[in-house]
Amino acid sequence: MTTQTSALQPAARRRSMAPIVARHVEKAIIYFLLLAGAVIIMIPLWWMLSTSIKHPKEVFAFPPTFLPARFMWNNYTDLFIKAPFHIYIFNTTYIVIMDLVGTVATASMVGYAFARLRWRGRDIFFVITLATMMLPATVLLIPRYIIFNEIGWTNSFKPLWVPAFFGYAFFIFLMRQFYATIPHELDAAARIDGASEFGVWWRILAPLTKPALAACGIFTFNATWNDVLGPLIYLTSESKSTLALGLMQFRGPHRTDWHYLMAASTLAMLPVVIIFFFAQKYFIQGITFTGLKG
Amino acid sequence: MTTADTTAGQVAGKLLKPRLSRLARREELVGYLMAAPWLLGILWLYFSPFGTALYLSLTDYDILTAPKWIGFENFNTMLTDDPLFWKSLSVTTIYSVASIPLQIVLGLFLAILLNTRIRGLAWFRTLYYLPAVLSGVAVSFLWIWVFSADWGVLNFLLSLVNIEGPNWLTSEDWALTALIVMSLWGVGGGLVIYLAGLQGVPTELYEAADIDGAGRFRSFYNITLPMVSPVILFQLIMGIIRALQVFTEGYVMTQGGPNNATLFYILHLYRNAFRFLHMGYASALAWALFLYILLLTLVVLRSSSVWVFYSGEIKGRAR
Repeated sequence: MTTQTSALQPAARRRSMAPIVARHVEKAIIYFLLLAGAVIIMIPLWWMLSTSIKHPKEVFAFPPTFLPARFMWNNYTDLFIKAPFHIYIFNTTYIVIMDLVGTVATASMVGYAFARLRWRGRDIFFVITLATMMLPATVLLIPRYIIFNEIGWTNSFKPLWVPAFFGYAFFIFLMRQFYATIPHELDAAARIDGASEFGVWWRILAPLTKPALAACGIFTFNATWNDVLGPLIYLTSESKSTLALGLMQFRGPHRTDWHYLMAASTLAMLPVVIIFFFAQKYFIQGITFTGLKG
Repeated sequence: MTTADTTAGQVAGKLLKPRLSRLARREELVGYLMAAPWLLGILWLYFSPFGTALYLSLTDYDILTAPKWIGFENFNTMLTDDPLFWKSLSVTTIYSVASIPLQIVLGLFLAILLNTRIRGLAWFRTLYYLPAVLSGVAVSFLWIWVFSADWGVLNFLLSLVNIEGPNWLTSEDWALTALIVMSLWGVGGGLVIYLAGLQGVPTELYEAADIDGAGRFRSFYNITLPMVSPVILFQLIMGIIRALQVFTEGYVMTQGGPNNATLFYILHLYRNAFRFLHMGYASALAWALFLYILLLTLVVLRSSSVWVFYSGEIKGRAR
């Protein structure tokens, strides 16, 4: 990209002033469009944040106030009194952690087996792995519910995290692609030094795949933290509610306390936003590596 | 000298051969062991449910009593006796047909703007990408509040330019439009991948076009678009798979209403399965959706030979 513009520069310099002015105008237009777009994108988030710290009377002011007249930070602390938010957060965190550990460990191990080891049937199983990625999750929704129902797992967290330990095709694929980029000399050297196959994976190669593992972890975190359908189907009792379910109960059938609802929504989004800002690099790597849109 | 060499080679060969195969056998065993969780997972969580779904779709099943075989009756009901099946199919299709192309065009446009050596690229990319990582119930609530007819920020902004905004989510005419508008919020999700695609276009092509006197739009139409068309194809297919399975927005924001205007297919399926316990019928719905997605994907793939350009194909070699 940089080379493109610099390569064109000598040609531009030879021409008159007009194209240079035109170029400045063009840059200005581009900045204007990008800034306008960014403002539009941010308005809904701003709207949520400002409502979340407004006094209930100010919520229904028209025209709406841009900044609250008084910052009602206690809207946030009130949440924990009005509903067992600490339980929702604990439940969601538990499921997310179990899911993360399962997904990352299995994807790393199975990805290694697909990328680095030769075993009969490997290529066929790899094609099957790719095929399962094409299978819409909703086709499996009902039969899986029936399977988990039969072994008495409904209204428990198990249907939401146990499958992670059996692996997800997409992450196995991602790890396999990543392993394939690591030169073979490394494991060959380790094998000559007497490392076992398992040791080659665990000690030599797995540590080199940290960026890919981070990408797997972040995608899993997001998907599990935001999941609605899974908890909705499997979790029935209040004490098992996740944040998603708890939030839904928070909205009254008739009257809605929007300041509380927006505070709760902000709270639910916060971990995702924080992780996104800190781990953006891995997001982008993961996406460009697999061609997936997050 | 030579004889000594050959015998040494033969001895080494005899010694090495079984050793290698023992190593290979060990490698194979470790391979199976390490892949074991996933191989079991394929059986338990993919093959078996897949078969079960197929079987159940041919039965009448309410979880409480044993499934009753009824052949293709569920599919017959779906096509001839369930107006909500057609309604949900058309709602979901309209949603997809409107939101996917808009997302692709807007995403590509943004990526082209960002690919012009501007300052603050990382900042813009972060801002635009942020909504794409947010989803679920919280985002749905946020948008209910944005769309609120009397106190929402959207209608306030419209009132500034003297437009009286509709009752977005409670109007049969506007509810689906509202959800399509909302889907554009995540347009930044495709940005990263379009940017990667744009930066992969060889600069010589633009220089050559410049020398030949091609204008900005000519270059875009004849160079940029063909070169990023594989990325567009990928986004199109992923978009179809995702949009046809949209659920949360319809469930949380509109409950499928008003008057089924936002009854997404999965919402219809969910209600049949988990509210009415028509597990057999819902399985048939799931299968029909699977076939629909498969059909659309195949049509897109077949059409791609006309509009997708792979630079490696023409040159006869990769890169």
